[in-house]
Amino acid sequence: MVETGHFALILAFSLALVQSVVPLFGARTGNERLMAVGGPVTVTGFALTALAFAALTMAYVQSDFSVLNVWENSHSLKPMLFKITGTWGNHEGSMLLWVLILTFFGALVAVFGGNLPATLRANVLAVQGWIGAAFLLFILTTSNPFTRLAPAPIEGRDLNPILQDIGLAVHPPLLYLGYVGFSVCFSFAVAALIEGRIDAAWARWVRPWTLAAWVFLTGGIAMGSYWAYYELGWGGFWFWDPVENASFMPWLAGTALLHSAIVMEKRSALKIWTLLLAILTFSFSLLGTFLVRSGVLTSVHAFATDPSRGVFILGILMLFIGGSLALFALRAGNLAAGGIFQPISREGALVLNNLFLTTAAATVLIGTLYPLVIEALSGDKISVGAPFFNLTFGSLMVPLLALVPFGPLLAWKRGDIHAAAQRLMAAFAVALLAVLSTLLFIDGATVLAALGIGLGVWMILGALTDIVLKSGLGAASGKVMLSRLRGLPRSVYGTALAHMGLGLSVLGIVGVVSFETENILTMRPGQTVELSGHTLRFDGLHPVQGPNFTEDQGRFELLDDDQKVIAEIVSSKRFYPARQMPTTEAGIKTMGLSQLYVSLGDETADGGVVVRLWWKPLVILIWFGGLVMMAAGAISLSDRRLRVGAPSRRAKPLAGKVSQSQS
Amino acid sequence: MRRALILCAVLICSLLGGLSAHAVQPDEVLQDPALEHRARELSAELRCMVCQNQSIDESDADLARDLRVLVRERLVAGDSDTQVLDYVVSRYGEFVLLKPRLSLRNAFLWGAPLVLLLLGGGFMAYAIRTKRRDEVPALTKDESKALETILRRDD
Repeated sequence: MVETGHFALILAFSLALVQSVVPLFGARTGNERLMAVGGPVTVTGFALTALAFAALTMAYVQSDFSVLNVWENSHSLKPMLFKITGTWGNHEGSMLLWVLILTFFGALVAVFGGNLPATLRANVLAVQGWIGAAFLLFILTTSNPFTRLAPAPIEGRDLNPILQDIGLAVHPPLLYLGYVGFSVCFSFAVAALIEGRIDAAWARWVRPWTLAAWVFLTGGIAMGSYWAYYELGWGGFWFWDPVENASFMPWLAGTALLHSAIVMEKRSALKIWTLLLAILTFSFSLLGTFLVRSGVLTSVHAFATDPSRGVFILGILMLFIGGSLALFALRAGNLAAGGIFQPISREGALVLNNLFLTTAAATVLIGTLYPLVIEALSGDKISVGAPFFNLTFGSLMVPLLALVPFGPLLAWKRGDIHAAAQRLMAAFAVALLAVLSTLLFIDGATVLAALGIGLGVWMILGALTDIVLKSGLGAASGKVMLSRLRGLPRSVYGTALAHMGLGLSVLGIVGVVSFETENILTMRPGQTVELSGHTLRFDGLHPVQGPNFTEDQGRFELLDDDQKVIAEIVSSKRFYPARQMPTTEAGIKTMGLSQLYVSLGDETADGGVVVRLWWKPLVILIWFGGLVMMAAGAISLSDRRLRVGAPSRRAKPLAGKVSQSQS
Repeated sequence: MRRALILCAVLICSLLGGLSAHAVQPDEVLQDPALEHRARELSAELRCMVCQNQSIDESDADLARDLRVLVRERLVAGDSDTQVLDYVVSRYGEFVLLKPRLSLRNAFLWGAPLVLLLLGGGFMAYAIRTKRRDEVPALTKDESKALETILRRDD
């Protein structure tokens, strides 16, 4: 089975080469039969990669330690879920997952791209083929997961304990679906540059692909954030770690792309810019892969000591980013520019959004790479960490977030900012009220914190205002309002919901950053402690044997005012003998939108144990906002015009028509 | 380093270090809440020298503990926040600061966001302006009259 997988992977690489060349040649020479090769080859390449992936998964499930990769990262006693997820809990396996998803997206284009112009489809598949071939070659030559080990050891070295978590089942696949999903946008952009024109089909196709990739990437980042929050044992949710930044830059660029694609689709303006963004977004994905895989982040020197993988990916990176940008520089001038608009208009608002988002992405990029550049140039070491990013990124985001509610209220081509401001008066008044009541009623609230709360409320209500106005509140009867709401395109709901989700996340971040309370103390069994009005009693440490670990469970009881137990919180320290590694499992009790977070430290000589407690107000909203944004993307994706995607739409209900022209 | 692992679940497995998860210990906490608060704020800006992108406030490394204690000692001795940072930098170099200082070497780092925003904004304003100038000029009175008669003739 293992050799079958290896063989399938080599076949997939050979097919990727065919996919890279034949359809492209067909498109250039106008040979339809050559162009038609693209589809079946792409689908077969996906099937073969899937076979290879299944073979590796099988080796993990069976704990086949004659496979080097399985021996290094698995253990026979590991629960089945973690045996399966362990397949991508390492460099080689995760690269295989990366390529599997890449070929999957290629196959989707092949299957659902029937209504694309034949040459565009052929070129897109060819570009997907280039990326696939490059990464398959990378796996086969530097990161082969199927390498055998003889004689086979009796037991594996186990998966890193931190990764033995449900998070590993969700976070990397979602993240990669997002990262790699943008490859489709990239391929469409490069295909358009090869053809030298952007036609209507291009504009219609890019937005749904961007949206789908964005939904997954949003989910992947939010899930990763929550995973880090509960697993690391001190309740941080975002660290500006270079690895995080690597996933955040494509998200920022992708969000910009999402917005400029709207302008392109509706008004056929910003075509060239959208094309450039599509290239940049996937370039950020590739750059992230390079930063994370090459070891360059630890230090320039670490990269230099074992450069084989890093140099390979750097080569891929330069080839694709450099090549596509060069192509862009050559061809962009020939592309027809689009529609005209006033600065104050929906288009103008979306341009402003793009300006801030791309600047933010560039800021994160420069901050992430600056220490590397300085070290390479002068040998000096400097650090760029959270305080820098909070300051610069924060200053860029606040004005953008504050302007978000205006965007959807402006008309296309020429908008009226005063009218929009008047319509937002109610939302503004309530937000102001939120600021004042935060200052008045919450102890220790700073002006900044109160303004932050106000910003979140303003964004949520601002998004709601758009929907309410479109229903014709006040002017129309209830029945008319309902039918209007029903007639609104789903993309309008998607927009409003996504902006609300963002507002919710802002509320969560401000809540936990400004109003979190903490207590660090040594507790003995029976002792009680109070934090922000919650009383906890420590019950003591209890040893427990897990499948492949031992743990000390610290049990805490949450007491109400009458000293009655209302909940038990278990926070534990684990030890994994296979890797000789300890981990902490935080005890978390959710109350409403807030959480009580309990983490155990070392035992003291006098029979106590160090306990850290946090009260994290509104913390749930950070990730709930992310979920809302995902749902918003999904709703928008189910919009009729994206589902149909057909050039001709004859019969259209009147309500849909009216609201479509409004949106 | 632990966080890097989680966030990109994938690669760093082999680099992992030990993991007892505690930064500030109860015995380090200062009696004076105001001073302690300042100590925490300062700690968040200082890098744990032996970790990957962790502040001393988050790290459980011994060196981070030494630095936390040092910061508190200086604060108790009456140093201002700037004096504490200067003192730590004089001993450990600028590498210890998570927010690099504004200097010639770091000018690009600090300047880039603003410069990019201004350049981008300027370019966009310019692009929109020139485009509008290219817009087809409105019809003159005579032209619109002529157009109207033509349209009526069609009826």
